[in-house]
Amino acid sequence: MSKGVLSKNKRNSKVFKILSLTAVFIGFIALGIMLVDIFIDGAGRISWDFLSNFPSRRPGRAGILSALVGTLWMMSLTAAFSFPLGLGAGIYLEEYARKNWFTKLVEINISNLAGVPSIIYGLLGLGIFVRVCGFERSLLSGALTLTLLILPIIITTTRESLKAVPKSLREASYALGATQWQTVYSQILPVAMPGILTGTILALSRAIGETAPLIAIGALTYIAFLPHGVFDPFTVLPIQVFNWISRPQHGFAINAAAAIIILLLITLMMNSVAIYLRRKFQRRVKW
Amino acid sequence: MVENNVFDISALNVWYGEKQVLKDINIEIKANCVTALIGPSGCGKSTFLRCLNRMNDFIPEFHLEGKIINNGTDLYAQKIDPIEIRRDIGMVFQKPNPFPKSVYKNITFGLNIFGVKDTEKLDKIVEDSLRKAALWDEVKDDLNRSALSFSGGQQQRLCIARAIAVNPKVILFDEPCSALDPIATGKIEDLITELKKDYTVVIVTHNMQQAARISDFTGFFMLGELAEFDKTKKIFTDPSNKVTEDYITGRFG
Ligand SMILES: Nc1ncnc2c1ncn2[C@@H]1O[C@H](COP(=O)(O)OP(=O)(O)OP(=O)(O)O)[C@@H](O)[C@H]1O
Ligand SMILES: [Mg+2]
Repeated sequence: MSKGVLSKNKRNSKVFKILSLTAVFIGFIALGIMLVDIFIDGAGRISWDFLSNFPSRRPGRAGILSALVGTLWMMSLTAAFSFPLGLGAGIYLEEYARKNWFTKLVEINISNLAGVPSIIYGLLGLGIFVRVCGFERSLLSGALTLTLLILPIIITTTRESLKAVPKSLREASYALGATQWQTVYSQILPVAMPGILTGTILALSRAIGETAPLIAIGALTYIAFLPHGVFDPFTVLPIQVFNWISRPQHGFAINAAAAIIILLLITLMMNSVAIYLRRKFQRRVKW
Repeated sequence: MVENNVFDISALNVWYGEKQVLKDINIEIKANCVTALIGPSGCGKSTFLRCLNRMNDFIPEFHLEGKIINNGTDLYAQKIDPIEIRRDIGMVFQKPNPFPKSVYKNITFGLNIFGVKDTEKLDKIVEDSLRKAALWDEVKDDLNRSALSFSGGQQQRLCIARAIAVNPKVILFDEPCSALDPIATGKIEDLITELKKDYTVVIVTHNMQQAARISDFTGFFMLGELAEFDKTKKIFTDPSNKVTEDYITGRFG
């Protein structure tokens, strides 16, 4: 009997292997074609002028300056809001909150929030920040909306990273007479921090690609000046791309491809930092 | 007689949830002595040890009845702050658990949290505690190297140095040598014998020879009860309990 089962198992595992390989292959090829297509279209368009010009009605003279600067603003503001909030909430929930039905409810809701479509956050932002708080269609409204969007991810990452710190480290600290805060601050957080930062950067790189919530709060698509402060109107790269591809002229399609390359480069840079942090983390901490 | 008891423990009962793991323990632990706790796995030795510095407080189902008097203070009285207790009663764990920081920072952490900042004083305490832990010669040139880059035996001695640095009165050891080779074990045994001049030592061990070599008193735990407690010599030559004899001669367990 065993021989037949064995050869059947072997055959099954081979079939499965081929299927998975095919799946990976399809994914890679689709991604590859997309990237190559965008590069062929857009790479030639990237120049200093393209980066330093404002948008224009003529595709040849249009640039992404306001969108690029807007994206950088948006990223910094979102990071400045979401990191301390997410870190604080994560530490509280993981280390301090009593484990009862209420915290459990909060926990479940936070994981659910991470799956809510981003346009819903846009509508929320429109209602609260733009209308009720009266921040208008400003950088501030946009950044706060994106903060809401990625907060659940940062909170969850923070909790996971704290949870991953070995119990023996806590015990070592407590056995010396350290308080809970001294333990968390001096021993647990430093070990968890690379993980928390990695998660935060990945969340941010998701945020900078978001278009829907910003359009929902009414971000403008044509901005021919740079924001001077957080209350100024803004545009960001994905919105600029969205605007350009909806135009009929071929020149704008090329501009869109070029802008996408820039956006991809920014995301790629952020992800490399995240990978670097993770590698460093894995190398340093072994028990 | 009574004044040199570091711990006076009476009618100690401990539960995890519904399950009782320590039953009616009565024991006196003498100052400047090494007290060894032996017994089969799961009989509650670690639980008992961790009651002495309130390390079980972190386990939600943990519940204790009875009295543990430490130099006149009831450790589980309402007004007692466990943080202060742990300052006087240090602990070394089964698996070496240095902080993932430099040797120097491992030792100064316990001092920093109590506000010692003077560099000269810190340097001196670092050297003193490393000397006492018989580690100074091996690490004096590497004080800024990560503690994790040292061997298991060295890490365990570093953990002992870390415990000594805050100048406790008692040091609790929970199987400190179980992850170490005989040479490192020998070093730590010498160290413990040395330490009892200044500290009171309570050590859990599965190694009968170790208990016989280094301890003055031995307690034998069995299924959550203290089956026998006496001078080590008496326990290992003329135990009054048949079960104790069977256990230490290796006839079961
Ligand atoms: N956190 C906990 N929750 C519930 N039960 C526990 C917990 N810790 C220990 N126990 C139980 O309490 C009993 C005593 O455990 P303890 O760790 O004190 O034994 P031990 O004598 O130290 O054993 P070993 O020699 O294997 O270390 C065991 O039955 C164990 O399963
Ligand atoms: Mg144990």
